[in-house]
Amino acid sequence: MDLKTPLYDCHVALEGRMVPFAGYVLPVQYPTGVIREHMAVREACGLFDVSHMGEVLYRGPDALANLQKLLTNDFSTMRDGKVRYSVMCNPNGGVVDDLIVYRFSQDAYWVVVNAANRHKDVSWMRENLFGDCELTDMSDSVAQLALQGPKAGAVFAKVCGEEPPTGYYTFIPEMTVAGVKCLVSRTGYTGEDGFELYCANADAPALWNALLEAGKDDGLIPCGLGARDTLRLEAAMPLYGHEMDDTVTPFETGLGWAVKMQKDDFIGRSALAGNEQPTRRRVGIEITGRGIAREHCDVYLDGKKIGVTTSGTHCPYLGKAVAMALIDGPAEDGALTVDVRGRQIEAKFIPLPFYQRKK
Amino acid sequence: MNIPAELRYTKTHEWIKEENGIVTVGLSDFAQQELGDLVFVNLPQVGDAVTAGEAFADVESVKAVSDVYSPVTGAVCEINEALLDAPESINQDPYGAWFIRVENVTGTVETLSAAEYEAMPKEG
Repeated sequence: MDLKTPLYDCHVALEGRMVPFAGYVLPVQYPTGVIREHMAVREACGLFDVSHMGEVLYRGPDALANLQKLLTNDFSTMRDGKVRYSVMCNPNGGVVDDLIVYRFSQDAYWVVVNAANRHKDVSWMRENLFGDCELTDMSDSVAQLALQGPKAGAVFAKVCGEEPPTGYYTFIPEMTVAGVKCLVSRTGYTGEDGFELYCANADAPALWNALLEAGKDDGLIPCGLGARDTLRLEAAMPLYGHEMDDTVTPFETGLGWAVKMQKDDFIGRSALAGNEQPTRRRVGIEITGRGIAREHCDVYLDGKKIGVTTSGTHCPYLGKAVAMALIDGPAEDGALTVDVRGRQIEAKFIPLPFYQRKK
Repeated sequence: MNIPAELRYTKTHEWIKEENGIVTVGLSDFAQQELGDLVFVNLPQVGDAVTAGEAFADVESVKAVSDVYSPVTGAVCEINEALLDAPESINQDPYGAWFIRVENVTGTVETLSAAEYEAMPKEG
């Protein structure tokens, strides 16, 4: 039985097309359609229900030591009010999940994980918990809204008199937004500036409606999972289950920057040591022939299979079809093709990210 | 939902128009709404054989690819090349945006009148 987020009735009222996703029923799009929702986020702003994401609280004198052991990034240098991206590895160096960590204080952190991995993650976290540290899965009582796009700041200012977090990957633990108590972070998964707002389930519909109303004149529209996926893909952000999984290392999928081999021992470190420059790697591909490559399409260089696509779509903002792929060996010159449902379609390697916002 | 009375329909949401032995095929308004914003169309070539009930084209939205099924068996005598550059016209004008015309028709799937198609339960 799929769960409803606290915003389910709002989506239905907006005629969202509801689909099952990661154990929840969520809108894949509204009547506006994926392309307009995607473009709204690139050019104005969009509002997403991401309440399905999981939130896990680490609290206690050994909270930091736990994160240092469990995760690949280094949190010893982190200050209160900062957010840091990390990977969580298994002992083989494969990725259990990717996530972001919020530091409230030296003894309290929030870990935000992928909805699809929440139960696996929490089991793994409990299995590895040590010392004086308490772990609480708060996912079921926390709603999350993402306000994303160049106009996000202007819309936010209309519903909150306080100064929002200014630096990218920072947060303010308690703000009052449209009368609702929220944690607000300057984070997102679209390649644009924006905020993620966490609040109590019961307050979520009021916050959602207030934001939509406040942003009307700025072009704010509700956006579904479809646009969330095309936006992250256009920005070449890896997605768990696509660009990485339990068998892919963070170095292979291009997340080596979030792995700090020089810090004290962490789970997966010994397997990753010496494999910082792997043969397999994540690359960007543009489809130059006619067609759209999705995930699981074989990639050929001069007729020889070199890998497989992990995600692909037609990018609404760039106006072209692109894909990410894991290939064995470097992206060398040659005749690149992708097998799309039995047809070999011409392609070429292009640098990642496909899209980067102008700062 | 727009279901012109003068056309016939398939259970797989294609529309059909027959004139002087030539069958024109497109996608219904319901189909284009279900598929969402279309960004790519792959069509057969003139002269290709199509078979009733089998895929002859595919359409892709930003999210997914879907087959389009031929209501008839015959030979493709014309394709709507304009669709290749403007797949969004299927969303904008589903009954103007025809896919192919078929001649030498020797077989057909079961087709529905507009009223029957409208009454048919459709999966949302």
